[in-house]
Amino acid sequence: MKNIILKAENISKQYRLGQVGTGTIKHDFNRFWHKIRGKEDPYLKVGAVNDRSSKGKEEYVWALRDINFEVQEGEVLGIIGKNGAGKSTLLKILSRVTSPTTGVIKTKGRIASLLEVGTGFHPELTGRENIYLNGAILGMTRAEITAKLDEIVEFSGCEMYIDTPTKRYSSGMTVRLAFAVAAHLEPDILVVDEVLAVGDAEFQKKAIDKMKDISTGNGRTVLFVSHNMASIQNLCTRVMLLNNGVVDVIGDTENVISYYLKKFRNEEVAQELSLRTDRKGDGSLKFLDYWFENFDCERIHIIPSGIAYIMVLKIENTSKSHVHNIRISVGIDDDQARRITIYSNDLTNQLISFDSHETKLIKIFVPTNPFQSGHYYFTLFASQDGSVSDWVMNAGSFEVENGDFFNTGRVIPVNQGHILVKHEFY
Amino acid sequence: MTPQENDTWLYEISSEKKAFDLNLKEVWRYRDLLILFVKRDITTVYKQTILGPLWYFIQPLFTSVIFTLVFNNLGSISTGSVPPFLFNLAGITAWNYFTACFTGTSNTFRSNAGIFGKVYFPRVIMPMSVTISNLMKFGIQLLIFIIFYCYYLLQGFQLSPNLHLLLFPVYIVMMALLGLGLGMTISSMTTKYRDLNVLVGFAVSLLMYVSAVPYPLSEARKKLPDYAADLVAYNPLTQTIEGFRYMLLDTGSFSWIGFFYVLIISIALFLLGLVIFNRTEKSFIDTV
Repeated sequence: MKNIILKAENISKQYRLGQVGTGTIKHDFNRFWHKIRGKEDPYLKVGAVNDRSSKGKEEYVWALRDINFEVQEGEVLGIIGKNGAGKSTLLKILSRVTSPTTGVIKTKGRIASLLEVGTGFHPELTGRENIYLNGAILGMTRAEITAKLDEIVEFSGCEMYIDTPTKRYSSGMTVRLAFAVAAHLEPDILVVDEVLAVGDAEFQKKAIDKMKDISTGNGRTVLFVSHNMASIQNLCTRVMLLNNGVVDVIGDTENVISYYLKKFRNEEVAQELSLRTDRKGDGSLKFLDYWFENFDCERIHIIPSGIAYIMVLKIENTSKSHVHNIRISVGIDDDQARRITIYSNDLTNQLISFDSHETKLIKIFVPTNPFQSGHYYFTLFASQDGSVSDWVMNAGSFEVENGDFFNTGRVIPVNQGHILVKHEFY
Repeated sequence: MTPQENDTWLYEISSEKKAFDLNLKEVWRYRDLLILFVKRDITTVYKQTILGPLWYFIQPLFTSVIFTLVFNNLGSISTGSVPPFLFNLAGITAWNYFTACFTGTSNTFRSNAGIFGKVYFPRVIMPMSVTISNLMKFGIQLLIFIIFYCYYLLQGFQLSPNLHLLLFPVYIVMMALLGLGLGMTISSMTTKYRDLNVLVGFAVSLLMYVSAVPYPLSEARKKLPDYAADLVAYNPLTQTIEGFRYMLLDTGSFSWIGFFYVLIISIALFLLGLVIFNRTEKSFIDTV
């Protein structure tokens, strides 16, 4: 049986909305009055569910409500959720920056947080001095830092500037140095929030590798918060999905991510394909489901660029008649609804036919995924002899992460388009 | 209940507040951080200045000169057999330490909100580091005092520290405790209500005048109306400054009652500050 290293019981956090102002002192006195009479805090009973989009009437809001979870030793638990779901609040409580309104977190190990790198960097101090200061703030002792100094400096790639005040550093160098310190922490439980979004592509890769190292290599327990599904899928063994301050689902990385992607991506995309009603055409054919598989026929939710993959479409013939000469196409749009390309059996000149009431899996094999990392939506279209059978706009979406498209380990910088093209220089 | 739930937990995070939860063990674990903060405070203040640490000398010297001109020459306050400049320098050196501790800690939460909002370490490290780094500054300023002390001795003035000098460390601790206690209280209170912050700015400069810094207590007794003289006399800071001058310059008054009076008040204030500080540190980040 695995050892439970951290346990959260009924964690709730209440925040006051609006300004801390004239009402505050009145509430404080009221609280105090209830307390000396041995009664419960009157303001804990009220409070709205944390839904940012609608303006609530309550003055208090629950950023977190009755969160319960356990973390086992050596586990990498991902925490995902929309903006405002309560991820950061939970991390703040875990890292003891603020205390929960109710509930208790019990832990058997020391927690160190990588909430935001570079905390406590003093611009007038040299790189070396800042390594010591930052390390100590994060909970390392002087001896520990000294033992790791060379490693930290090497990882940051700032050897040349190590005795220069950090105010002379470029922002990238500061972030590298800060990440280097944080990455060499050795707490029992590490709390990480979005730090991977720093530095250039090369450093990001280095950072992700390091994170993998930390979390898998030494059996460290890691709580990892990110919006980047690719890194969540890469690193985490289990994922917790927060929604409006409550735990929506907690479980297997793959299940939770697919649940999350389907649920929250986009109102349209979120709907089950088979249940979509906003479709056009005579309905003789119906798109029921779709998924992606890699070359080993395992389902994947994130498709690295450069890999071979298969897009599977589950299509039903709703009519009694045998249909042939079916044309099926998948139009792929970028996240700003610009059509990028289209997959179609018309182009490959392959015939598709259905028996009466047959449900078929149509597979589209793509030998090299040509897309840049990003989020893509697709529209499904089926027609028979020129008349539309089924047409679903924004039927689904998929996520592409940077992969080794060129077999060189290099990736295209961001904002350089969506499509990768194989090429060679002579 | 499964067996693992019976295991002992290292620590718990909850909303419960313990008044005297000092957690010295944890502070000890973070001792290196304390040292580094002290080092940072000392080395960074005068970086990229031409005079550097010389500024530590200039401030008390100039203030003493001005005080001597205004209070002793213009206002003809008598300092007895002690040269007025030396008298003022002693008072200012001691006073500086108190105010540095006080103002340095009184904005602990607000000025460190950024770092406190991201990382946990025992918050009390911050005011502790302020007190210690100011002790260094105090040491340097005491050095100037000693230089001028020697200078006046060579000039033929009759100066002699007395046996109470043995209490010197106690006085320094008392001043630190007073500054810390007041500072931590105000720091905690300003997280929600900013009013006190405005007060601190001018209160410190006013407080100096009721703490017998530029004049001896005996002069206050002679020249001030009774209520004002009492105010000065019962001010624990007056007792500290007076005691400080007494042991160094053998001027002014000393009483054991006054000594214990200050000792008790400073310890009480410190404990009060600590309790409030501990209560605040858990969730101040939500209100600051």
